[in-house]
This record gives sequence, C-alpha cells and structure tokens, in this order.
Amino acid sequence: MQRHARIFLLGLAVLAAASLPALAQQTLKAAKDRGHLLCGVSQGLPGFSNPDGKGDWSGLDVDFCKAVAAAALGGADKVKFLPLSGKERFTALQSGEVDILSRNTTWTLSRDTALGLNFAGVIYYDGQGFMVRRKLGVKSARELDGATACANAGTTTELNVADFFRSRGMKYKLVTFEKSDDAFAAYVKGRCDVYTTDQSGLYAQRVRLDDPDEHLILPEIISKEPLGPAVRHGDDGWFEIVKWTLFALINAEELGITAANAQQQRTESQNPEVRRLLGSEGDTGKSLGLDADWALRAIQAAGNYGELFERNLGAGSPLKIARNVNALWSKGGILYAPPVR
Amino acid sequence: MERRIGLVAAMAWAREKLFSTPANAALTVGSLALLYWCVPPALDWMIFSADFAGESRADCTGEGACWVFVKARLGQFLYGFYPEGERWRVDLAFALLVAACLPLAWPRFPAKGKIAALLLLAYPPVAILLFHGGAGLAVVETARWGGLFLTLVIAGVGIVASFPIGVALALGRRSPLPVVKALCVAFIELVRGVPLITVLFMASVMLPLFLPEGVSFDKLLRALVGIALFYAAYMAEVVRGGLQAVPRTQYEAAESLGYGYWQTMRLVVLPQALRHVIPGIVGIFIALFKDTTLVLIIGLFDLLGIVQAAVSDPQWIGYNVEGYVFAGLGFWIFCFALSRFSQFLEGRLAHTGRRARRTTKERQMATLDAPLQVD
Repeated sequence: MQRHARIFLLGLAVLAAASLPALAQQTLKAAKDRGHLLCGVSQGLPGFSNPDGKGDWSGLDVDFCKAVAAAALGGADKVKFLPLSGKERFTALQSGEVDILSRNTTWTLSRDTALGLNFAGVIYYDGQGFMVRRKLGVKSARELDGATACANAGTTTELNVADFFRSRGMKYKLVTFEKSDDAFAAYVKGRCDVYTTDQSGLYAQRVRLDDPDEHLILPEIISKEPLGPAVRHGDDGWFEIVKWTLFALINAEELGITAANAQQQRTESQNPEVRRLLGSEGDTGKSLGLDADWALRAIQAAGNYGELFERNLGAGSPLKIARNVNALWSKGGILYAPPVR
Repeated sequence: MERRIGLVAAMAWAREKLFSTPANAALTVGSLALLYWCVPPALDWMIFSADFAGESRADCTGEGACWVFVKARLGQFLYGFYPEGERWRVDLAFALLVAACLPLAWPRFPAKGKIAALLLLAYPPVAILLFHGGAGLAVVETARWGGLFLTLVIAGVGIVASFPIGVALALGRRSPLPVVKALCVAFIELVRGVPLITVLFMASVMLPLFLPEGVSFDKLLRALVGIALFYAAYMAEVVRGGLQAVPRTQYEAAESLGYGYWQTMRLVVLPQALRHVIPGIVGIFIALFKDTTLVLIIGLFDLLGIVQAAVSDPQWIGYNVEGYVFAGLGFWIFCFALSRFSQFLEGRLAHTGRRARRTTKERQMATLDAPLQVD
C-alpha cells in the first residue's frame, strides 16, 4: 500500500518536473530578483538544522545554504529558510517553493533519477552505527557476537543489523521498539548491550545521557547514508553553483583557508591553487556565471568544511561527533573534492 | 469537645461516602494508594527537585525537571519566529480581542448585537494588519509566525469560519432543492471520508503542483482554508442532528405565521437546533484546537512543533519532557476553558430558552388573537 502511494507520488513529481520547463535555467536569476535564496531545511535535527534561542536557524545544512547565498547572491544573510517535513521536501523543491534542498537527504538512485533531483555532492557521510557501554570492553562491531541490540521496528535499521550479523556468521538478538526514544531508553536501562541507529542519531542521543563518556560509538558504519544538498533537474547552471560551492568549502579545508584568513590568503598566498580558488588568479567565477570572489565569500560566510563541521557537529558543539569517514581523503577520510581550475 | 464532634462527623461522612460497601472501601484504598504512588514523585519532579533559575544547560543541576529550558525558550514557544521587536503587535491584537469580548460575556451589556457585528466585521482586518504588517508596520511573513500565537490563529480562524459554513451545509443537506442537497451531501461525505492530514498535505504539497507557475498562495492561508472546510463538514453533521431534533410542529407553526424559509430558520428552527447541540459543537472546537498540531507536517510550527524544534537544538537535547509538559499544559488550559465556556453557555441558554419558549408561545397567542380581533 505504502509502496503504491510512493509510486503514485513519484509519478506526480515526475509529471510536475516535466511540466515545469519554464523554471529551468533561471533559478539564479529568480533568486537575484527576489533578493534572497529559498533554502529548504529540516524541522529540527540536532547539528544539521535547528532554531536557536533567537529564532535563527543554525546547523550544518543551514550554514551550507548561507555559503551558497554568499557565493551566488553576495551575502550570507540573503537566504530564507523553509522548514520542510520529510514528506513534503521533494515536492517543495519540484514546485519551486525552494531553490535548494539542504535537508539531510540521502542520495539514492531513485531520488537522483525518478524524483528529478540533482545531488550536488555529499556534505555528510552518515550510516548506521552502534553504541555500547565502555565497560563492555568492545572496540569494534566485529566483537559483538552474541550481543542483544535495541533498534526501532520496521525500519531499514532492523534489516541492516540482520545483514551485518548474518554475513559475518555472528549470533545476535534484536529487541525492537516502535519509537527510537523507547529503543534508546531500553538500552539505557540495560536491556540491550548495543543501541543501533544512524551515527548522527547515536551522537545526538548520547548527549542526553547523564554520563556520555561512559558510552562508546563504534567506528564501523554498516549502511550507506550519504547526505547532500539537492537541486531540481533542468537548471544545470544552478546545479553547478551549488556543487562547486560545496567543493570550494572542502578544497578550502585542504588548502588551509579559513573564514578568518581567507582575505589575507587571497592577497598573500603564492600557492596557485589557493589563488585560483580565491579569485586572485584566473577567473573561476566566470564559467559559473558569478564574479571572481564567489568562493572567497562562501568561505568567509561559513568557514571551510572543517570549521563548518567542528562548529555544528564536532568538538565545538555538544554533539562531539568524530570526523571518521567525514575527514579529508588526505587525513584518513573519504572527503574528496575535484580541483578548482 | 467541639473538635471531637467534628471528628465524629468526619468519620461518619467518610463511612457513608467512602467505605459504604466493601467494594467502595477497596476503591477508596486503591485510589489513595495510586495518589500516594503518583503525586509525590510528580510534584518532586516538577517543583521540589526542579531547576528554575539560570540561563543555560549548565544550570540544570537538580534531579527533577529543568524549567530553565522552557524559560529560555518561552518567547519562541509563545510567538514562534516572530521578530522580538514586533511582538507587541501580537499582544495588542489579542488584548483588543479580549477587550471586545468582555462586554459580550457580560450579561445584559447594552448593544451587544452591535458590538458582536463590529467584532466580526472590523476585527479581522485590524488583526491581519497587526499580525502581518503593512500600512507603516514592518511586514512579518506568515512563515515567521509560530508557537502558541500560531495555534490560536489557526484555531480561532478555524472555529469562526467553520461554524457558519457548517450551518450552511447542514441547511443545504436538508434543503428541498435537489442540486443544493446533492452538492452538500457530496462535500460533507467526501471531506469526512479523508483524514485531516491528507487535506493539509493536499493543500500544502499537491496544490502548488497544479497551480500555474508564479501563482502561489500563502502556506498558512492554504492550511487555514483546509482546516475550516474540513471542520465545516463535521460541524454540518452535528448541526443536522440538532435540526432533526426540532419537532415538525415548529416548522408548521412558523409556516402558519407566514414566515418564509430564511425567517423560519433564523427565528424558529436554528435557535432551538443549535441549543440542542452545544456540547457537540464545542466538542468539535476542542478537537479542532488540538488538531492544529497537525500543521507541523506542512512545515508550520505550532506550539507543539516549536517545542519539538527547540529540543533539537544541541544545547537543549534531552529536555523533551519539560517541553512536552509545557505544551500539554498550554493545550489543556485552552481546551478546558473552551469546555467550561460551553457549560456556561448551556446554562445561560437553558435559562433564556425557557423564557424564549414562553414568549414565543405568548407571541403566538397574541398573533393568533390578532386576526380574530380584526374580524
């Protein structure tokens, strides 16, 4: 039933995508005329997008939109955030209610094709992980033979755990709950040895514990959940702007450019890669339809990827998520951006 | 001496009311035990071990609830993302409403009809101006509305709009005109056949896909229209129940007085019908009030939604319970007030009802007498 509904919605979205050619090729122009970017974010996911005490949105997804606004429109404040529920997010993008969907959305084949989305890249590699008590003495998920795991019922979480243990010939017992809060509460009360859900969720739940340091999040990720910003099909120019803003932030970390030193690096750096990225050599902005300072503004607005991460998810936030796979390729992670030239 | 008499009386009272039979005694003991198990821990959590003072998460040191969270986010819970400097406009609009409603609740206040008419006609534009801005006031888009304020706006508009539409639909369903009747039946049955969440979803997600490019309605407006029409259908069925309870003879009496359709309905049938179904109507109002939380799925933050969003702030992760208790208390206050108002209204109308019935009879007698006199 749910499957049929989803296919029906997909069909509608495709129809809508086909019937909106007029929207193509003009996202940037429309945003400029409007004076601000429309950015779809989640209604509240710790570290990714949540309203702060003053009612302003903050988080990784939010800051990325600010970077795009700075690059494309010339100011980090030229963006309006539309909180979208999981159900309405794709139609909101299709119907032009938002210019960019920066809402912890997993990049999958069906979304990239049938739903008419273009993913600009991966801003956070999420995936299902495990949390255990430190006193259990386990350092890796491979040592979990015979463990009892708590998870939500009826989600892919359950299936992933089954696959993981079966494929390694390990025994396990799964206790499932209707809500993730219940599953976590059961783990806290000691009904299970392991609590499993998406890693970002594990870190968010760990903050709630009285003794967060007594719990360890294992390094293994057993499913792929690459989260990234998306735009709609049909406007390649806009797609490229969003894509290269993300690449610029990742490259900036690799090149050691930060929000604070970007201006200085622009004038002083002798590194041709830095000079190209910051617009003091060549004109990378021209082919994007922007001016030469586009990347400089993006970096000044949000900081490089590392700063973005640390501020919202990492050591600078209560979540304290480790970089792990989200580290640069040169530092043991898989974050890799094509060169700017 | 007097004290002992008091004690004896109390024991007698207890024996009669609480321990009259073994079953009652068991119930009494059970209830006391339940209270003993529930109340002290709840009070301890909510008050005695709770934290009230402070600004941030670091001030949550006690074992109990940390109300610092609610305190820090109170502005957001009440007004959503409404800019702080403009919040007086919301306050003013609600103060105006209360000021205008006070004379209406006052029995025997002069010119009530005029005040009510003025309120219905003049208040909405004033409120829209204050809430949304324009004419010198800074514009605050509906996307920034939220919290209790948004809940009240949705509930208020829903209640005020769904009632007349519902009455019209109920009358239409009992209309002798086949086309009108068919349309009303079709609308009511169609709307009652789908859940509210579907209506909201259609209004928010599907509608923009079907509209020509460049044409878009405000998201809140779409939700308001959806909610008003949805509850109008339910209202229609409740009112129809009331209409059916009005005896046939009342229609005949009105007809014999020479009343037309609208006069019959306005002066004879509806006043009686609506009085019968006040509990049903208020029940729908309360349901509507609580269903405003569903607007979360279309990206609007009502009181509950804003609490949930606030809990997703990494600074305040884990204080869900405090937030939910606050939201629950907020909803309870308004729903309880609505239900008390319904009881008050029933009492008042039952009273005037008797009087009205008598005067109608007198009037009928007088009218019946009149032709005779002329003859």
